[in-house]
Amino acid sequence: MSTTIPMSITVDGERHDLAVDPRTTLLDALRERLRVTTAKKGCDHGQCGACTVLLDGRRVLSCLTLAVAKDGSHVVTADGLATDDGLHPVTEAFLAYDAYQCGFCTPGQICSAVGAIDEARRGMPSAVTADLTGEVTLDRTEIAERMSGNLCRCAAYVNIVSAVEDAAHGTAPRSSTLEAQA
Amino acid sequence: MKPFTYARPAVASEAVTTLAADPDARFLAGGTNLLDHLKLGVVEPSQLVDVSRVTGTAIEELADGGLRIDAGVPNSDLAADARVRERYPAVAAAILAGASGQLRNMASTGGNLLQRTRCAYFADPTTPCTKRDLSQGCSARGGWARYHAVLGTAADGCIATHPSDLAVALVALDAQVQVLGPDGARTIPIGEFHRLPGDDPTRDTVLAHGDLVTAVDLPATTPAVRNSTYRKVRDRASYAFALVSAAVALEVADGTVVDVRIALGGVAHKPWRATTAEATLRGRPATDDEFRAAIAAELDAAAPVDSPLGGNAFKIPLVTGTVVSTLRALAGGAA
Repeated sequence: MSTTIPMSITVDGERHDLAVDPRTTLLDALRERLRVTTAKKGCDHGQCGACTVLLDGRRVLSCLTLAVAKDGSHVVTADGLATDDGLHPVTEAFLAYDAYQCGFCTPGQICSAVGAIDEARRGMPSAVTADLTGEVTLDRTEIAERMSGNLCRCAAYVNIVSAVEDAAHGTAPRSSTLEAQA
Repeated sequence: MKPFTYARPAVASEAVTTLAADPDARFLAGGTNLLDHLKLGVVEPSQLVDVSRVTGTAIEELADGGLRIDAGVPNSDLAADARVRERYPAVAAAILAGASGQLRNMASTGGNLLQRTRCAYFADPTTPCTKRDLSQGCSARGGWARYHAVLGTAADGCIATHPSDLAVALVALDAQVQVLGPDGARTIPIGEFHRLPGDDPTRDTVLAHGDLVTAVDLPATTPAVRNSTYRKVRDRASYAFALVSAAVALEVADGTVVDVRIALGGVAHKPWRATTAEATLRGRPATDDEFRAAIAAELDAAAPVDSPLGGNAFKIPLVTGTVVSTLRALAGGAA
């Protein structure tokens, strides 16, 4: 039996103090200890992206992260992206474009998209950026490459790319607007 | 997962001392490869020594015109650094060709060099693997050998390949690895850092227990290195390991090869510097025929593996095509 280690972590704006077995992944700490089930356990081996969260502002895989190593850090899940003013623009875009079927991968897709859009805005290149030293334009090819770490077994990829494209360029229609049109 | 203890030393020297005192301890940095291996039972350490807060995260200019990359620099930050992109394009391109956005945010520079092979038999403790256990044979020989080595192998020995993209670019560029060990600091040329399997395939590098990678130094750039790139060939367009890859740097003047660097990934137990091809090409015309002859000379010693589940003889023409087209593109022609 391992000795537990005290740590603190802020999840979606709420600070938690807990003691963890060092073997506990960040994903298991979120889901099993803190009952924050937004991030999903797909493969648990870093291959599917369903567990993606924003850790101190950057998208990471919570299944390949030891909770104890992230003592003192800030985690935002797809749930925590919403504010009192409403859903995050990326979440709104996923709703508007029907960018899912079963929804299991969606919280990870949304966190990954938020991270990917931020990385592109900061000028970080990708493998398909034509000029490594030039500007980054977040077109569909760039989005597909930057989102390649998130699998969708329903294969909603076409609409996911559309949602990220519109969210990135600030043109996504709000779900409330769509409902009004329906 | 077997229980282990966790230590978070305050400084690098303390991390080295802590690790050296425990023969079954492991360093933890980004954890992207280690966590997977802990879950699979590939490694069962007694203790994890977390170095993620003691290895630096800076990229600094060196007096000789090079760059020092602290071991804790995330892969994504290294690829995005404006100086790296401009002066060492093969380094940025190699990183961006690997893993996913999430993994590149997590993975460290030092850890990237120390990741283990993605051989499916190595990752599965229920199958024999001489890299996990010297007393066992190699399951890849006669098994699924599609991703395995064609160069630097020995009869019946381990045919695992090194999976790092970054390391291939660093080998082409003659980077230096800064190491802090129990006996102090030392510098290891990247070309001598990774090993061929020889009689001990369990060891990927020349590092001893307790050695901590603290930084990677890039030498001052050259006209060839400024004109460098990384090409990766894989089973899908993104988020897959290389079947073969090539980091290539080329300087051509008046149609003649002045300087050339070629390192290959996916073909050997370590990133493979194609010194024979380089020597063959220097001073020769920059033409497809010369490029083809040079890589053919390098591949003379190749020993593909035949297997009913899929061998790897296809890597010979694949390496040839990859290197020739990359050289052609760098020489100014169409890829």
